[in-house]
Amino acid sequence: MSKPHISAIVNGDPVEFLADPGMTLLDALRDELSLTGSKEGCGSGDCGACSVIVDGRLVCSCLMLAAEAEGRRVDTIEGLAQGGRLHPLQQKFLEHAALQCGFCTPGLLMAAKALLDANPDPTETEARYWLAGNLCRCTGYDKVIRAVMDAAAELRQVKV
Amino acid sequence: MAQLDYLAPLKVEDAVKALAATGSYALAGGTDLLVQLRSGRIRPDTIVDLKRIAGTIGIREEAGGFVIGAATPGAMIGEHEALSRAWPGLVEAVSLIGSTQVQGRASLAGNLCNASPAADSVPAMIAARAVCVVVGPAGRREVPVEAIGTAPGRTSLAPGEFVLEIRLPPRPARSSDAYLRLIPRTEMDIAVVGAGVNLTLDAAGVVIEAQVALGAVAPTALLVPDAGAALVGSKLDEASLAALDTAARAACHPISDKRGTAEYRTKIAGVLARRAAFIAYERAGARA
Amino acid sequence: MSDVLDGPGVQPDLKVVGTRPIRPDGADKVTGRAAFGADFNMPGQLVGKILRSPHAHAKIVSIDTRKARALPGVKAVVTGADFPNLASEMHEGGEAASNLRDLAMNVIARDKALYDGHAVAAVAATSSAIADEALRLITVTYEVLPHVIDVEAAMSPDAPVLHAHLFTEGLEVRPTSASNVARRNQITRGDLAEGFAAADVIVEGRYTTQAVHQGYIEPHACVAAWVEDGQCDVWSSSQGQFMVRTYCAKILGLEISDIRVTPAEIGGGFGGKTTVYLEPLALALSRQSGHPVKMVMTREEVFRATGPTSGAVILVKLGAKVDGTMTAAEVELKYQAGAFPGSPVGAGSMTALACYDIPNFLITGWDVVTNSPKVAAYRAPGAPIAAFGVESAVDDLARKLGMDPLALRERNGVRNGVKAAYGPTFQNIGYLETLAAIKDCPQYSLPLGPNQGRGVAAGFWFNVGGESTAAVHVNEDGSVVVVTGNPDIGGSRAAMAMMAAETLGVPMQRVRPRIADTASIGFSMLTGGSRTTFATGMAVVQAAEKVVADLKRRAALLWEVPADKVEWRNGAAVCLDPAKADPKPMTLEILAGQSARTGGPISAQVSLNAQGAGPGFGVHVCDVEIDPETGHVTVLRYTAAQDVGKAIHPSYVEGQVQGGVAQGVGWALNEEYIFDSDGRMENAGFLDYRVPVASDLPMIDTILVEVANPRHPFGAKGVGEVPIVPPLAAVANAIRSAIGVRMADLPLSPPKIRAVMDARAS
Ligand SMILES: Cc1cc2nc3c(=O)[nH]c(=O)nc-3n(C[C@H](O)[C@H](O)[C@H](O)COP(=O)(O)OP(=O)(O)OC[C@H]3O[C@@H](n4cnc5c(N)ncnc54)[C@H](O)[C@@H]3O)c2cc1C
Ligand code: FES
Ligand code: FES
Repeated sequence: MSKPHISAIVNGDPVEFLADPGMTLLDALRDELSLTGSKEGCGSGDCGACSVIVDGRLVCSCLMLAAEAEGRRVDTIEGLAQGGRLHPLQQKFLEHAALQCGFCTPGLLMAAKALLDANPDPTETEARYWLAGNLCRCTGYDKVIRAVMDAAAELRQVKV
Repeated sequence: MAQLDYLAPLKVEDAVKALAATGSYALAGGTDLLVQLRSGRIRPDTIVDLKRIAGTIGIREEAGGFVIGAATPGAMIGEHEALSRAWPGLVEAVSLIGSTQVQGRASLAGNLCNASPAADSVPAMIAARAVCVVVGPAGRREVPVEAIGTAPGRTSLAPGEFVLEIRLPPRPARSSDAYLRLIPRTEMDIAVVGAGVNLTLDAAGVVIEAQVALGAVAPTALLVPDAGAALVGSKLDEASLAALDTAARAACHPISDKRGTAEYRTKIAGVLARRAAFIAYERAGARA
Repeated sequence: MSDVLDGPGVQPDLKVVGTRPIRPDGADKVTGRAAFGADFNMPGQLVGKILRSPHAHAKIVSIDTRKARALPGVKAVVTGADFPNLASEMHEGGEAASNLRDLAMNVIARDKALYDGHAVAAVAATSSAIADEALRLITVTYEVLPHVIDVEAAMSPDAPVLHAHLFTEGLEVRPTSASNVARRNQITRGDLAEGFAAADVIVEGRYTTQAVHQGYIEPHACVAAWVEDGQCDVWSSSQGQFMVRTYCAKILGLEISDIRVTPAEIGGGFGGKTTVYLEPLALALSRQSGHPVKMVMTREEVFRATGPTSGAVILVKLGAKVDGTMTAAEVELKYQAGAFPGSPVGAGSMTALACYDIPNFLITGWDVVTNSPKVAAYRAPGAPIAAFGVESAVDDLARKLGMDPLALRERNGVRNGVKAAYGPTFQNIGYLETLAAIKDCPQYSLPLGPNQGRGVAAGFWFNVGGESTAAVHVNEDGSVVVVTGNPDIGGSRAAMAMMAAETLGVPMQRVRPRIADTASIGFSMLTGGSRTTFATGMAVVQAAEKVVADLKRRAALLWEVPADKVEWRNGAAVCLDPAKADPKPMTLEILAGQSARTGGPISAQVSLNAQGAGPGFGVHVCDVEIDPETGHVTVLRYTAAQDVGKAIHPSYVEGQVQGGVAQGVGWALNEEYIFDSDGRMENAGFLDYRVPVASDLPMIDTILVEVANPRHPFGAKGVGEVPIVPPLAAVANAIRSAIGVRMADLPLSPPKIRAVMDARAS
C-alpha cells in the first residue's frame, strides 16, 4: 500500500505530508511537521495532552488518523499565540501559576480555548466538566480553573 | 509485515464493498477503534472511514421523528436543541460519553457497534425504541437497537453491513426520558451501571407507557419489560418505584470485575432506575 | 482562598522573595516550545522497544532472538546477558538508597522475571512497526512460578520466595532460611506496657492501602547515543541528570566522564523519575547498533513497569488519659517493596508519630518483596501510608474522648525543644501555628448538611538538603545567568532566579536561570525530597554572595578605596569613603562593563552539602458529602495549612500544596493497582486507574504558615512533600464523620461505602 498524501491547513497554513495509513494525527504533527507542542501522555484518549482543534471541534489527536485530516483545518498550541503576542489564556496561565511541570499545559490551553469559543461565560462547574478530559497531576486544577475564568472575563471585556 | 489500508469512500456501495472483506473495520469517530488499534487488540487490514458518506453526519427531523447520521459526533447531538427537547435522556446519555475531546468524535453507531455492555447511549436508545438503518450487500434493513449487540464486542451485523443512521420515533405529548449512570469519578469513566427510562403520561399524570433499559449489568444492554410494566398505571408512588427497583434488579446478571462487583451493580441498577424514572416523569409532566 | 501568615523569623524587607513574578520558563511552556523527553531527536536515530514479561513470577529458561535479529530493519537486540552482573552495593540517591545490583536487574531481568511487565529483552529498529514486529519474533521460554503480591501473604512462611539470597535483616537472630521479608526496623522509647497501663482510653485499628502510582502525565523517554570512541550522550527526562549518569555508568560498567546527560524538561515525577528504566537499555542498543536510539514508554508500560508506591497494612494502637494526654502508641507497618527490597517503610516508621510527643512508643516496620513493580519514591515516600493509619486512629481517639480533633492534636503536638520520635530535637518548627491556622479557618466552622462530614488530619515530612552546585555569571551588560544542575519540575527556576535577584539587588527579570547538562555544572543530587529550593537555593545564594563580594572589591579598585569602604545596596556599589567627592553608586551594569579592567569575567560557583533542611508540618480539613444509596463521595471543600518556612514564590508553594492534596484525595478515594489472579495488572491505563479529574475536586484553599528556617538565607523549608501526607486520613475522617463508620481500607470507593451503609442499616 502506498502512503496517503495528506493536505491540510495547520495553524492557518497549508501543509502537505505523507502518512502511513495507521499513523495518528498526533504522530503526524510531532514527527512529520515537527510540531511537538502537542504531547502524548497516554495514546488512548484519557489524558488530553494531545488536544487539538479540528474544524472547530476539540479532539484528541492521538485518536484520529492523520489520513482523516485531509482537507481539514487543524489548530494546535503552536498557533495559539498570534504575531508574537501570547493569547490571553496563555498570559493568565502564567500570571496564575497554572502550570507546574507544563506537560499538560498545551492540551489544557487548547481545551480552554475551545471552551471559551463555545461558551464565553462559563461557570466554574462548567469549566471543570469541560476540562475533565485534561489530566493535570501537578496543580490540583485550582489555579488552572482560576486562570481560565480570569481569561474568560478578560476576553469578554475585550469584546464589549 | 501486513500494511494497513485507509479508505474514505463517498458512496454507500463502495463502503459496503470495502467492508465485506475480512479484516475490514468501519471507522466513525475512532474513539474505540483507534484505542484498540493502538493497543494491538485488533490488527485491521483496512479501515473504512464512513464520515465522507452523505448522511452519516447530521441530524434531521422526518415524519415527526429524528434521524441521526451514524457517525454524527456527540457534541453535535448535544448542541441540537429540538432533539434535546424531545429526547433529553438520550442526549444526556450521549453527552456522558468520554470527555469534551471524545465528544468531538464519538458517535452513536460507534457506541452501539463497539458492543460494550457499558456503552452509555445504548440503554437510552433502547428505552427510546430507536431503530438502526443498516445497509449491506443485501440492501437496506431496519433493526431495533437492542438487536445489534449480541455479546461483548460482537454484533449481529453481517460482513459488509454497517449502520447508516439511527431513527427515533415520533414523540407523543407528555413523553420524556432520562438516563443516569454510576461512575466512581465525575467524568472520564466507563459506567459501572447505566439506566435509561422513557415514559409517556396521560393528562392526569398517570404513566401509560414506560420503557426501562439497563447497561453494564449483563453481556449486552437490556430492555427490561417488567420494569417498564411496574410503572404503567402509576404516578410513580412508592409502591411502583419499589416494584421498578425489584424488577430492575431481577433482570441483572452482571459480572464482577475491576469496575464493580456483581452485587453492587445489581443494587445500583435499582437505585438508578428509580432515580431516572423520577427525572423522566418530571420532564414528561412539564411537556404537557 | 490563599493566605500567607508571616510568623517568627521571617525577614521583613525582602524585595523579590515572597512576590509572585511570572516564571522565566513560562512562555516556553505555554507555547509548546519547551522540549520534554520525547520531543528530542537525533539524526539517524532508531526506535527502541522493550519485551516485557507477561508473568508475575517466572524462571526465564531461554530467550531466542534469532528471528528478530534476522528481520530487515532490526539493528540491535539485547537481553540480560548483555549486561554485567553487579555485586550488591548500596547507592545513596537523594530520596532513597538503591542497591545497584537490584537496580540493574530491574532494568532488565536475568534468570527470573519478577513481575508482570518486567523487561526481558529490548530491540532497536528503523521504525516503530518493525520494532513491534521484532518483539513478536522473540521467543521466551518461561517456567511460570507461583506468585505473591499481597504484603501479608508474602510474609507468610509458605509464600513463594522471590530471592533465594534474601534473609531478613534487623531481627535479633538472623534467620536460617530465605524469605520475602527484607528487613525489620524498630524505633522505640519508654515502656510500652507501662504507657498503656497508664491510659484511660485505648483505640486500635488495622488499616490497609493499595499500591498507587505517581501518575505523572509524561511517560518516561530518552534518546541515547554511544559514539564509537566510547563516549555517550543521553538526553532524558528525569529528576536528576547526575543520577542518570551514575546509574548508567554502574549498570553498563562505564567511566562517569564518558557519559554526558542532558536534562529534558520533565513532565512530572513526584519521585517516580528518581531512577532509571530506559537509559541503560537505550545505551546498550546504541552500542550494538552504532545508531542513536530513542525510547518512549507507553502509558501501559509506565503503569506496569515503573514505580508505584507500596500497598501496605498498618496496625495502630493508641492510649490516652481522659484529659487527652497520650501515654502510649504502638505502630506496625508492613510495606510492599515490589520485586526488590527497598520499600519506604523506614521513612514511614520515622514519620508515623513525628507530630506527637508521646513518652512510650514502639514502631515496627517490615520491608517485604512482592511480585509487583519495584516501588519508586512517591512524594514523602512512606509517610502518607503511616499517617493514614495513625491519623485515623487519632480521630477515633478524639471521638472516644469527646474532644475536638484539633485540640487533641494540640495537646500532644510537638513543639520546639521536643525530641522527635525519630531522634533529633525539633527547632523552629511551626506545627502548633499550623493547627491554629486550621482552627481559625472559615471552613472549620461552617455548618454541615445531611450526609456531610468533616475530617482533619496532620502530616509531617523531614525535607532534605544534600549536595548541590550553582554558578552565577554576570554578563557584560549586567544581566545575570544562574546555572544549576536540578531539573525544574514545578517552577524551581523561578525560585532560583528570585533568590539570586534578591541577593544581587536586581530585578528578577535580569536574572535568567538555566539548567545545565552533567558536563557543564558541578554535581547536584536529584530533584527530590523537597530539597531544591532549600539546598540548591542555598548554593545559588552563596554564589551570588560571592559575586557581590567580588563586585565590591572591583568597585573599591576603581574608586581606589579600601574594600571595606564599599557597600552593596540595591544592586549597586556605594562608596562609604567621605574623602572621595560624591562618587555615584556603581551599578552592576557599570561594573560588568568594566570587568576587563578589574580582573576579568565576573562569575562564581558554589558546591555545598546543605544541612538543616527544616521539617515541615501540614494540617488539612476536608468536607465530604456521601450519596448513601450509591456510596459515591463528593469532596465539597478542602483547606490545607502548612508550615513552609518562607515561601519564595507563594503561588508555586500554593501549587505544590494543591497538587499534593489532589494526589492524596485520589489515593484516598479511587486510585489503586488492581491485579488479576495471575498477578497481571488489570487497570494499566488512565481510564481505569482513576486519578482525579478537574470536576472531581473543589478549589483547594491554602494557608501558608511562615515560621522561618534559620538555616536557609531567606528562611525556606521544603514544601513539596508534606501536602500529600494528611489527605488520606483527612478524607477518611470526613467519611467517618458523615456515615458514622470507620472505613479503614483504601481506596474508599463507592462499592465499599455502599456495603458499609447496608451493614449499618441491617
Ligand atoms: C477517553 C474515553 C472515554 C470514553 N468514555 C466513554 C463513556 O463514558 N461511555 C461510553 O459509552 N463510551 C465511552 N468511550 C468509548 C467510545 O468513546 C464510545 O463507545 C463511542 O461512542 C464510540 O464511537 P466512535 O464513533 O468513536 O466509534 P469508532 O471507534 O469509530 O467505532 C467503534 C466500533 O464500532 C464500529 N462502527 C463504527 N461505526 C459503525 C457503523 N456506522 N456501522 C457499523 N459499525 C460501526 C467500528 O468498526 C468499531 O468496531 C470512551 C472512550 C474514550 C477513549
Ligand atoms: S495522548 Fe491523547 S489523550 Fe492522552
Ligand atoms: S502541570 Fe504537570 S501535569 Fe499539569
